[in-house]
Amino acid sequence: MAKINTSKQEDTQVDGRRRDFIVVASYAMAGIGAAAVAWPLIDQMNPAADTLALASIEVDISKIDIGQSITVKWRGKPVFIRHRTEDEINIAQSVELSQLKDPQLDVDRVSNPKYLVMIGVCTHLGCVPLGQKTGEIKGEYDGWFCPCHGSHYDSSGRIRKGPAPVNLEIPPYTFETESLIKIG
Amino acid sequence: MSADKFSNPVVRWIDHRLPIFSFMDHELNEYPTPKNLNYFWNFGSLAGVSLVIMIVTGIVLAMSYTPHVDYAFQSVERIMRDVNHGWLLRYIHMNGASFFFIVVFIHIFRGLYYGSYKAPRELLWILGVLILLLMMATAFMGYVLPWGQMSFWGATVITNLFSAIPFIGDSIVTFLWGGFSVDNPTLNRFFALHYLMPFLIVGVVILHLVALHRFGSNNPIGIDPSGPQDTVPFHPYYTIKDFFGLSVFLTLFAAAIFFFPNFMGHPDNYIPANPMQTPAHIVPEWYFLPFYAILRAVPDKLGGVLAMFGAIAVLFILPWLDRSPIRSGNFRPIFKIFFWVFFADCIALGYLGGMPAEGIYVVLSRVATAWYFLHFLVILPLLSVIETPKPLPQSLSKSVLGGSAMAGAASAVKEKV
Repeated sequence: MAKINTSKQEDTQVDGRRRDFIVVASYAMAGIGAAAVAWPLIDQMNPAADTLALASIEVDISKIDIGQSITVKWRGKPVFIRHRTEDEINIAQSVELSQLKDPQLDVDRVSNPKYLVMIGVCTHLGCVPLGQKTGEIKGEYDGWFCPCHGSHYDSSGRIRKGPAPVNLEIPPYTFETESLIKIG
Repeated sequence: MSADKFSNPVVRWIDHRLPIFSFMDHELNEYPTPKNLNYFWNFGSLAGVSLVIMIVTGIVLAMSYTPHVDYAFQSVERIMRDVNHGWLLRYIHMNGASFFFIVVFIHIFRGLYYGSYKAPRELLWILGVLILLLMMATAFMGYVLPWGQMSFWGATVITNLFSAIPFIGDSIVTFLWGGFSVDNPTLNRFFALHYLMPFLIVGVVILHLVALHRFGSNNPIGIDPSGPQDTVPFHPYYTIKDFFGLSVFLTLFAAAIFFFPNFMGHPDNYIPANPMQTPAHIVPEWYFLPFYAILRAVPDKLGGVLAMFGAIAVLFILPWLDRSPIRSGNFRPIFKIFFWVFFADCIALGYLGGMPAEGIYVVLSRVATAWYFLHFLVILPLLSVIETPKPLPQSLSKSVLGGSAMAGAASAVKEKV
């Protein structure tokens, strides 16, 4: 009798384990299937092919005189291109790194010191800083000033005063020719 | 209802205050369901799943769609070419409409054959017909959104139906259009309504389910379960059966999406809308063809429109046209024949609706239309009186397990007659 009972018990155990395996395997498959269905629904919100295709632009900078700035649109954001004066370049290059909140050399922020190319979006909360047009407030460091929360940027676009945590971002760009740059 | 039904203390805590788990347990788990349901009873849950698929894909498509006459067509093409997985989402939505109608039509014919519209399920049936109407309106407006030739001329023809209304018809059509032709205001409002109406459908579906769960599902025998021995809990018996049916459905659905996504569409709708030129042969989507055939069969503008809407309206009063107390067609030998004739008639109307309105097709359309109404308005009421039904089984269990004592229940029903 005892022997029979034991074998019965073993049978149940084996069945139990097999059933657990089937249940877990089924749920796992259902989970994978659900994830596979969910992915297209989520991924459709990522940039579409035509949006990505517009991710680079070419800009002719030959018309920018010394001391002038232009703003171009790249990926829906303003990009500041400034033809800097000798003064601005000298000041930007001579600043001690210890005075900077986000220490970075001016030479690391430009490929040609005459032209400063950066994304004109304040790194605090995304407003567009003033200072592009003549007559606009340029802040205490003669660069750019964000009117939203009072961030001051210098003539290299580095954060000097105010709540912004880091310097104005430099987009990836290359000089195609001396007067043509490709952003993106 | 008792709190110890759930072992998880969090579930118990919530359920005591908000008995959502008790509710789900009652309606989806222990819900007693006739044990003899066949696969035709899968189509209710399939319709529900189809609705969810349509809403989910519709919401994500709306994120990339532009409801403007100058951009709508291009935005749909952009979805097809540029938006990540956009082609898949649109093909699911596009074919989903067809599959939704296939499922719902089978669901309706199931109800017609097994007498699911009879007491005490009249309101359940009427809510179902209401869902069908809302679905038709939603599908029609959705078809307009891609702003192809069929979209534009479909919208023009269908909205012009309302011009058949005496005296105020033209004003109503202008009101529907928001102008003097189908144009940007029309497209804008159709988009808004196409987004709204599925949620109205969800609301009516909930009422449909409340009405269903009041008396439970009808069944192939059509007699009420006489006790717990005639039912099984919904879970796991019908959840697993519904899931199996769902996987078959999804297999066919996927086959359509991946291998013939445009089979049920019309190529002309890939031509941008041109208000200056009507395509030579315009037809609605296949699921409207039977009604379109009825519309064209009547040689009078107002008459045709009334007949078309009447074809749906007659379904609302069906529970009072068919007075036979026997629900299931299995036990109604003459009804069964007429049911299949009616089924063939509907298929014929669908075929004729897709044919040009000339020659023999016109004659056949008229015959088929006449038969459609004859079936509901004459044959069914007449059969309720003259037909002698076959004896009913005594109980669902007997019918399932092959019992022999069938006389009792049948005689009881005859007394009721």
